[in-house]
Amino acid sequence: MKKVFINGLCSVSAQKTFDNNFFLGSIIEYKDTVIPAVDPLYKEFILPAAARRMAKGIKMGVVASKIALANAKINTVDAIITGTGMGCVRDSEKFVSDIIDNNEEFLTPTAFIQSTHNTVGGQIALEITCQGYNFTYVHSSISFESALMDALLQLQNEEATNILVGGVDELGDHTVKIHSLIGHIKHNPVSTFGMVNSETEGAVFSEGANFFVLSNKAENNYAQLIDVQTYNVLEAENLPKIVTAFLNSNQYSLEEIDMVVLGNNGDVKYDGYYNILTRSLFSKTPQVYYKHLCGEFNTSSAFGFWLASKILKTQNVPSYVMLNDIYPKKMDTILLYNQYRGENHSFVLLKKC
Amino acid sequence: MSNLKEELKTKIIEQLNLEDITVGDIADDDSLFGDGLGLDSIDALELIVMLDKDYGIKLSDPKEGRKIFESIETMANYIASHRTK
Repeated sequence: MKKVFINGLCSVSAQKTFDNNFFLGSIIEYKDTVIPAVDPLYKEFILPAAARRMAKGIKMGVVASKIALANAKINTVDAIITGTGMGCVRDSEKFVSDIIDNNEEFLTPTAFIQSTHNTVGGQIALEITCQGYNFTYVHSSISFESALMDALLQLQNEEATNILVGGVDELGDHTVKIHSLIGHIKHNPVSTFGMVNSETEGAVFSEGANFFVLSNKAENNYAQLIDVQTYNVLEAENLPKIVTAFLNSNQYSLEEIDMVVLGNNGDVKYDGYYNILTRSLFSKTPQVYYKHLCGEFNTSSAFGFWLASKILKTQNVPSYVMLNDIYPKKMDTILLYNQYRGENHSFVLLKKC
Repeated sequence: MSNLKEELKTKIIEQLNLEDITVGDIADDDSLFGDGLGLDSIDALELIVMLDKDYGIKLSDPKEGRKIFESIETMANYIASHRTK
């Protein structure tokens, strides 16, 4: 089996992360319950004629893809694999609202055409003229990891050389309203650095696009992707056993993990899953978190993947992502763990090249 | 008639999301499709729905649309003589 490397990346998020010349140089601090992604200058990447029908999610996805490709110093890829939890939710909302507002008459095609989950992958393919395999995984908070797993298998088995993999989700007004009503979004604003200890239920919602060029050729790479594993459900008390088994199946011991990157989102009801690991297996391991910077969305774990890749490449961990005060002695191997509301757990193992 | 032309320009810019184009950029006799504003077949469908929804005009023959949507001038003339609302 071939090894798989991360050769290029880009993150469009609630922080100004899309410029690969900087690595979280300055942080935008929020005090809110919903935080939007920072817009790159879309016109620099997408022609106005093409951009006028694109909702924010598509534009973020296309820009992140183009920057990731440039970062990997390639023009196109063999396959595009996208993960998204909600797809193009703004156009979906618009189309459904139009049906209701216009009494099922006068429906225009644009919002309908652009509302499907695989629109982002399709538009990226058009923009970078890729006629290869194009697949979109829609599986809540393991959408990105599902895409990652597909890419990993294809590259390991040499079915492709370069694959663009990413996670993208956008905020939609109606969806935000519904998630606020049911308490999945925090009722009261929390500050960026107060989020993790907010002691309240719900999360700070956001949006973003994180894309990566994965390859079985190591060229100017960020890290090696060792393995990905997902679980739809698992019992919290079994977490240590599952993590240990995941590491052992990849011939790693707990002591070899230099850092854990965790998906804490400040939801007092569900952050306990992370606490089980940070208070047991990884109590003496440097712990990193990131959702205070990028917010929660179905593919926010792709931001964690971006963060871990950047840490391994730069061998630098910004102080404001440290969850505990143990600074890593070395940064060779990183384990990522994420879950959302106690479901859809994912484990990803990355190694410095 | 000039009010209707201005109204059409505003609606086209808003509904077709023509970024960076203002009402002043569209001349009454500019081609809407092809070399002019560069609209395409999806836009044509949007315009057909707009005629129906906003002016009560149902276009049953697609060939008819080609002439009506030639320019703001032709659109305004057709709407002025066929509108039911």
